[in-house]
Amino acid sequence: MSMDPEPPRDPLAPGPDVEAESARGGVPADQQEVAAPGVPVVEHDRSHVGEPIPLHGRREDQPRVLNVVGTRQRKTDGLEKSVGRARYTDDIALPGMLHGKILRSPHPHARILAIDTSAAEALPGVHAAVVGAEMPTPFGIIVWTPDEQALAAERVRYVGDAVAAVAAVDEDTANRALELIRVEYEVLEPILDPRESARRTDVQIHEPKKPGHNGNVSKMVKLEFGEVDPGLAASDVVVEGEYFFEGTTHAPIEPHCAIGQWEEGGAPGGRLTVWSSTQVPHYLHRELARVLELDPARVRVVQPPVGGGFGGKSEPFDLEFCVAKLAMKTGRPVKILYTREEVFYAHRGRHPFHMRYRVGATADGRLTAVDARTLLDGGAYSSFGLVTTYYSGQLLTAPYRIPAYRFDSTRVFTNKPACGPKRGHGSVQPRFAFEVTLDKLAERLGLDPIELRRRNFMGEMTRTVNELRITSNGFLQCLESVERASGWKDKFRRMGFGRGVGVAGSCYISGTNYPIYPNRLPQSAVQLQVDRSGRVAVFSGASDIGQGSTSLVAYIVCEELGVPLDYVRVLPSDTDFTPVDLGAYSSRVTFMLGNACLDAARRLKALVQEAVGEEWGIPPKRVLLAGGRAMDGADTGRNIPIAEAFRLAEARSGTLGSVGWYHTPTDVHGEYRGGTIGASPAYSFTAHVAEVEVDPETGFVEVKTIWVAHDCGRAINPTIVEGQMEGSAYMGFAEALMEEHVFKDADHGRAGLHNAPSLLDYRIPTSLGTPELRSLIVESIDPEGPYGAKEAGEGPLHPSIPAIANAIYDAVGVR
Amino acid sequence: MKELVTLRVNGDVHETAVPTHFTLLETLRYVLGLTGSKQGCDKGDCGACTVWLDGVPTLACITPVWEAAGLDVTTVEGLAGLRTPPGVPHPLQDAFDVCGAAQCGFCTPGILMSGVALLEENRSPTRDEIREALAGNLCRCTGYTKILDAVEMAAARLRGEVVSGAGAEP
Repeated sequence: MSMDPEPPRDPLAPGPDVEAESARGGVPADQQEVAAPGVPVVEHDRSHVGEPIPLHGRREDQPRVLNVVGTRQRKTDGLEKSVGRARYTDDIALPGMLHGKILRSPHPHARILAIDTSAAEALPGVHAAVVGAEMPTPFGIIVWTPDEQALAAERVRYVGDAVAAVAAVDEDTANRALELIRVEYEVLEPILDPRESARRTDVQIHEPKKPGHNGNVSKMVKLEFGEVDPGLAASDVVVEGEYFFEGTTHAPIEPHCAIGQWEEGGAPGGRLTVWSSTQVPHYLHRELARVLELDPARVRVVQPPVGGGFGGKSEPFDLEFCVAKLAMKTGRPVKILYTREEVFYAHRGRHPFHMRYRVGATADGRLTAVDARTLLDGGAYSSFGLVTTYYSGQLLTAPYRIPAYRFDSTRVFTNKPACGPKRGHGSVQPRFAFEVTLDKLAERLGLDPIELRRRNFMGEMTRTVNELRITSNGFLQCLESVERASGWKDKFRRMGFGRGVGVAGSCYISGTNYPIYPNRLPQSAVQLQVDRSGRVAVFSGASDIGQGSTSLVAYIVCEELGVPLDYVRVLPSDTDFTPVDLGAYSSRVTFMLGNACLDAARRLKALVQEAVGEEWGIPPKRVLLAGGRAMDGADTGRNIPIAEAFRLAEARSGTLGSVGWYHTPTDVHGEYRGGTIGASPAYSFTAHVAEVEVDPETGFVEVKTIWVAHDCGRAINPTIVEGQMEGSAYMGFAEALMEEHVFKDADHGRAGLHNAPSLLDYRIPTSLGTPELRSLIVESIDPEGPYGAKEAGEGPLHPSIPAIANAIYDAVGVR
Repeated sequence: MKELVTLRVNGDVHETAVPTHFTLLETLRYVLGLTGSKQGCDKGDCGACTVWLDGVPTLACITPVWEAAGLDVTTVEGLAGLRTPPGVPHPLQDAFDVCGAAQCGFCTPGILMSGVALLEENRSPTRDEIREALAGNLCRCTGYTKILDAVEMAAARLRGEVVSGAGAEP
């Protein structure tokens, strides 16, 4: 993390009046200066201001005793992972399975003139080769920006772009076959610097969408809320700064892996099964059907346990299409396992952001206005970039009350691996810039930085300046919690030269109200099936990437139906058998899957309560299900084993099963273009205090401790919540001080080559380098979350980085 | 080209033909079907492939299979039963579950091999000694806190102390 060395531009210089448009290429080519201050062009109608805050289906009308939720429990898949029994994708071997390999471009930018795979196909042991022309349908995780192909057919846009694939009897033969593929390239000039990409019109990384537009611009968003310029002009103090946030990557320990299997015969048309380490089986299902031109009913995606994702496996990749196509061509199962180097080039990680912030405040520390300009380095493809560009501005508007806010964000293409969503998608970078700015403001005003944040707290059941609905909000308790636990008052500005503490806050979404392809279907669903033995099977479409979604549904079933944890079996994520859940991204799972499971469990519970109530001649509500028994709430001595209660219910209403689902609210966002992006059913809040020691001679920074207070609504399993908080804080710490996803330019080797595509060179923290992480759970009990729960997986990453930066300033007075 | 190699893994002797360039990890995973040991980097950076050779933690992904011939190979599948009755998880495996030390679980087998090796030598390790012993194993999920907690819990159990576990006993 470092400051941008470029001198600040005149913030008040007039800029061209540009047209904001939702798709790539919406910027006139003669507009040289991107991200310029200009007249905000999206007029919006703040239609909801002053209206009551809508609430949907308040789920906890009165406090109730919880037996399982809120307690520390084992995970349903914990032991199978620790005894080595869990079978990840690469642990699966199918009879007759072939091994695939992908040929990748050595050039950052080139036109493909010809590909000849004949010599490779003639090699003994090679069963098939595939090139881009065989899978021409473009795809993209965002339906409005399909700019990728399974294999590049005409043009490659980064070193590592896939151009061909082979399937052979073993990996060695497949690797030899790749060497025999002849690709004729016309090398094109690459653009690696985002500022250059924004300026250049002679080199176009993608074709302009309309004549006269700049194909290097992926997305522009300009939004203004309230009176920003008058607000800044009337401020007692304005702090302005430029910030640069370097890109980072996810580096899950499991490399991406996929297996394709094609079954021909029987019904005409065949059946495709793909096992993949994906975070988004449903989207993969859709895209496989589209690109391979198959009926979706003939495509099955199975997600084995995933060895970490962090956003890096949340869209389809070349390997999934290739294993499918190669399996279809050979009639044999085909596996492709990325090398670690391929994982680095697949990327889709944190965008590098060039940011400039102007933030005004009154003399007593109340924020007046925020003006943000951001240039996002998107890499070669759109990926989630449309959303990232919105998130770069939309998610900054809580937990502080900001009366006026303008952001102006532009994402450009460069000839590097595409950036995408990494834990805290699009909002970690602006949060860094903003929270450092708040620290500067506090110093200018002579205020304690925690007090400054407290004074600007927006409250709960309110709306942000950009009209996001905020329900529960435990940010104040988070601040108090880290202030107390860290001993802040005795440390801030009192630790002596070389040691210091810093604070930062943040908020994050619990999923997004609008899925990434428009539809009005539920975002998550769960199906339950009960056996006469008392065992409950849960069919859950959710993707467990380590965060515990498989366990989550089991806890909810235990809570509602009173069965012991080991009576619950969860079948996760198999599109042939489990209902649709949109995937493990945007911190949506606990909130949405949890509500879906709660819905299913309560439907089933009602059947059991009615049957037992009828049997005992008491009102159904009096029947409690807990501890493996059904009991009379007025006389708990009267009880029967739960299996017997299930049998009563089965006799009364037929075979026991239920389906539950969750729909997001659609009336809690602003009525302006882009107003739905960033709208979430609930927001989590976090505060960190970091304590550092800085060696003034070497500049070496040691982070001693990070105190992490996080408002997760309710901790359904506190152990898992703490794990998410600690893992997030660790990842933020790593981004602050160690990790850089950078590429060589022509002056430093071969342009477009990754600087450090290995886990040794990229440098992620070990157990020795990771600071003490202290988790402090705050529960605000959200009115719409399952048992009041909100997200915990991404929010707690955000404040690590600015808290460390602010602590370094406290230690040595340098930013 | 393949050659015969004789390996003793978790007490079983396997005579099997492997390509001459195969690593111990490839042989365990793709020839013997012991997929508990993981491949995260295939070049000795991440530690997910850690196994024991004669009790010494070793990176199987950079160990030619021939170097393991004649030695006792122990993998994560061999930990249950080491200090417990057959099939019963090692106290550290159990502590991982109780403490939430395995999130995605992919680094877990390697960390267990390093962690149990430490506990075989030292049943009262300090937190810093645990950190040192696990420094060759990268975890991307946990921030290591719960892993350190789990090793401390397992050490206490191995010392015979009654541990008021965070979760129910299995």
